[in-house]
Amino acid sequence: MCHPGGPRVVRWCPRPTVTRPHRPPYTPGVSTSTEVDPTTRARDILGVSRLTNSALTGWLHGLPGVDQVGCEARAAALSTRSVKTSSKAWAIDTAISMIDLTTLEGADTPGKVRGLATRALVPDPSDPSTPSPAAVCVYGDMVPFAREVIGERDVRIAAVATAFPSGRASRAVKLADTRDAVQNGADEIDMVIDRGAFLAGDYLSVFREIAETKEACGDARLKVIMETGELVTYDNVRRASWLSMLAGGDFIKTSTGKISPAATLPVTLVMLEAVRDWRDATGEQVGVKPAGGIRTSKDAIKFLVTVNEVAGEDWLSNEWFRFGASSLLNDLLLQRQKMTTGAYSGADYVADDAPSGY
Amino acid sequence: MPTFEYAPAPESRAVVDIASSHGLFIGGEFVEATGGKPFKTLNPATEEVLSEVSEATADDVDAAVRAARSAYTRVWSRMSGADRGKYLYRIARIIQERARELAVLETLDNGKPIKESRDVDIPLVAAHFFYHAGWADKLSYAALGENPRPVGVVGQVIPWNFPLLMLAWKVAPALACGNTVVLKPAETTPLTALLFAEICQQAELPAGVVNIVTGAGATGQAIVDHPGIDKLAFTGSTGVGKMIARSISGTRKKATLELGGKGANIIFDDAPVDQAVEGIVNGIFFNQGHVCCAGSRILVQENVADEVVRRLKRRLTTLRIGDPMDKNTDVGAINSRAQLQRIEELTAAGSQEGAERWDSGCELPSTGYWFRPTVFTDVSQSHRVAQEEIFGPVVSVLTFRTPGEAVAKANNTPYGLSAGIWTEKGSRILWMADQLRAGVVWANTFNKFDPTSPFGGYKESGYGREGGRHGLEAYVKTGSDQ
Repeated sequence: MCHPGGPRVVRWCPRPTVTRPHRPPYTPGVSTSTEVDPTTRARDILGVSRLTNSALTGWLHGLPGVDQVGCEARAAALSTRSVKTSSKAWAIDTAISMIDLTTLEGADTPGKVRGLATRALVPDPSDPSTPSPAAVCVYGDMVPFAREVIGERDVRIAAVATAFPSGRASRAVKLADTRDAVQNGADEIDMVIDRGAFLAGDYLSVFREIAETKEACGDARLKVIMETGELVTYDNVRRASWLSMLAGGDFIKTSTGKISPAATLPVTLVMLEAVRDWRDATGEQVGVKPAGGIRTSKDAIKFLVTVNEVAGEDWLSNEWFRFGASSLLNDLLLQRQKMTTGAYSGADYVADDAPSGY
Repeated sequence: MPTFEYAPAPESRAVVDIASSHGLFIGGEFVEATGGKPFKTLNPATEEVLSEVSEATADDVDAAVRAARSAYTRVWSRMSGADRGKYLYRIARIIQERARELAVLETLDNGKPIKESRDVDIPLVAAHFFYHAGWADKLSYAALGENPRPVGVVGQVIPWNFPLLMLAWKVAPALACGNTVVLKPAETTPLTALLFAEICQQAELPAGVVNIVTGAGATGQAIVDHPGIDKLAFTGSTGVGKMIARSISGTRKKATLELGGKGANIIFDDAPVDQAVEGIVNGIFFNQGHVCCAGSRILVQENVADEVVRRLKRRLTTLRIGDPMDKNTDVGAINSRAQLQRIEELTAAGSQEGAERWDSGCELPSTGYWFRPTVFTDVSQSHRVAQEEIFGPVVSVLTFRTPGEAVAKANNTPYGLSAGIWTEKGSRILWMADQLRAGVVWANTFNKFDPTSPFGGYKESGYGREGGRHGLEAYVKTGSDQ
């Protein structure tokens, strides 16, 4: 089964040639503007004549701090909301429609990716009223296999890029990685920031990398993975969020899923405050994607409550909020079936194309 | 546009069985009152009558004090600390076991949201009994003085804002130190105290150690004036506290008074602003603002005042006001018609005096007593809303320019119960805490309570401390004390 050929050539399965369908852009007028050069725009927002690292440092470090205890207490308080009956049914369907159904393993095969994509189109064969997840999320070289299944239907294909998950490669390699994924037909790019540069205080380098990746994305929407588990403090999460938005990210995303802790509720709370405040400041809306570690419907509902009460209902659609998850869909479907039939079925009644652990 | 409406999520009231009438708890038994006029206790959210409660007369109070004296002399003061501790641990465990019942009853009688009675009041009640149970056999090691001994029979009068929690603050340390008690709950919220009496029976607490007499001001006065009372503990308004202090002057009675407040919540320009806004909300809208240590005055640094107020107002539009039994309710009902009238009167004065009034305009239920969370801006020190305790969901916003001015304005009040400081600068927190004349100073948080932490006031907010090692001092005599 080994394939000693050239780079990225999958010899044992010919690449399909389907390309990305044309779709209308997301709500015009509020999405991040790409017409202005990001450096010019950043200079405008910061009120400086030259965008330097010290200008960025002054701006980011001038953001209000986050008190850890208070932030976690607020997240815990939001977690006590009781969401039952009709609101639970609404929340489950909304959560399903916000999932980026994900497989990001070294062992991914065309078969597994096709299965995942099929599942995104038909999440519950026993109930065709079940909404589809927002997207499938795969490595860049797997995009064609997902496209083969999805075609022009209304499930997006997201690809991770920029030397995911570590982000440790040269700028040129990262940009090539991005262009490759876009050429393969990805609608959305999930990039990772250079956490090393961020922690070293080289914000300008992080800014440029995001801005250049955004340019390489063309029409694809850019999600910026901050890997909050490596940034550790909420102050860092807030600064990284603002830096990502300043550089033109369409979404800010918590994690790769390869580092623990991944998407915690307090981290997502800080990011939701950031996108809310960013829209107040600039008029532009940016999405939020917690990814990794959200496995149960109960957890997903806590995130939706937090979106609702912190950022507001404008963020309550898959245009502006996503869950990066794989097993979450299983539990949401179980709960959905339970709400329909009144009884719990079990894992054997949820069709799973990509059972984890195999 | 998508909307996320939370469907009604009412807590079941089936867990609690409210008797149609209640007697007094004297000498370990529920007894009929000797002739007072029974009164009704209402659910303030619906104005529905929950039960009829006895009014204890001076004779009833006398019977209660005699029962307490007898239990004190014969049983409780002679019992080893370790054995007293066992009873307190048992009570604490029963409170935990019956937590849901207590929470539901508290919410029905008081109007506070079930999420607060469930997550704050009742867990703290149990915590106070557990904490003081631990002290019962260690009083000699508490640095209270030589040979700590109980004071005797303690008269306790408690308010309606945290009915069972205030009972726990009073009863747990008194019993741990070997005293017996006669306690009067507030007339609008007597039901959890009466359920606590049942818990005393269930715990087989010796008869007469805890006596509960219900009634209004006259019953309270009978306790204060009774010559058999050795010590008084009162929590309530400064007006009543002053009357008590006058009544007992010249007698041998000791007293601790925990009275009103007009707490300053001080927001500096380097504060963690999102958490500070939460702190303002917790400080004044927790428990409908019926909190003596509420942060009812916001002192915000002038250069960030507009921004903080903007964020506060936005946050207040997400507060959910309504049925206290709904698990998603953030702000419940005002406890009584009288209190609602007082809030209305003071807020009207605020508008007349020229402060800018704002509320979220949310819908209120058609029955019961309700008041929208309200913010006054452009407030000066001389406005009544900056001076008088409103004891409702109303906050006044004032500004300051320097740390020194913040301290001066915070201290410029007859009260001195609580204060809050919001800044990322640790050195400033320590400096401010040193300058503020308030019994409790919170840093980057507000309205956090713990049985290990002493609580009490400066100036007209009262004297004595409750909770912690300091709280024990009020319930013991030492050395050559008679």
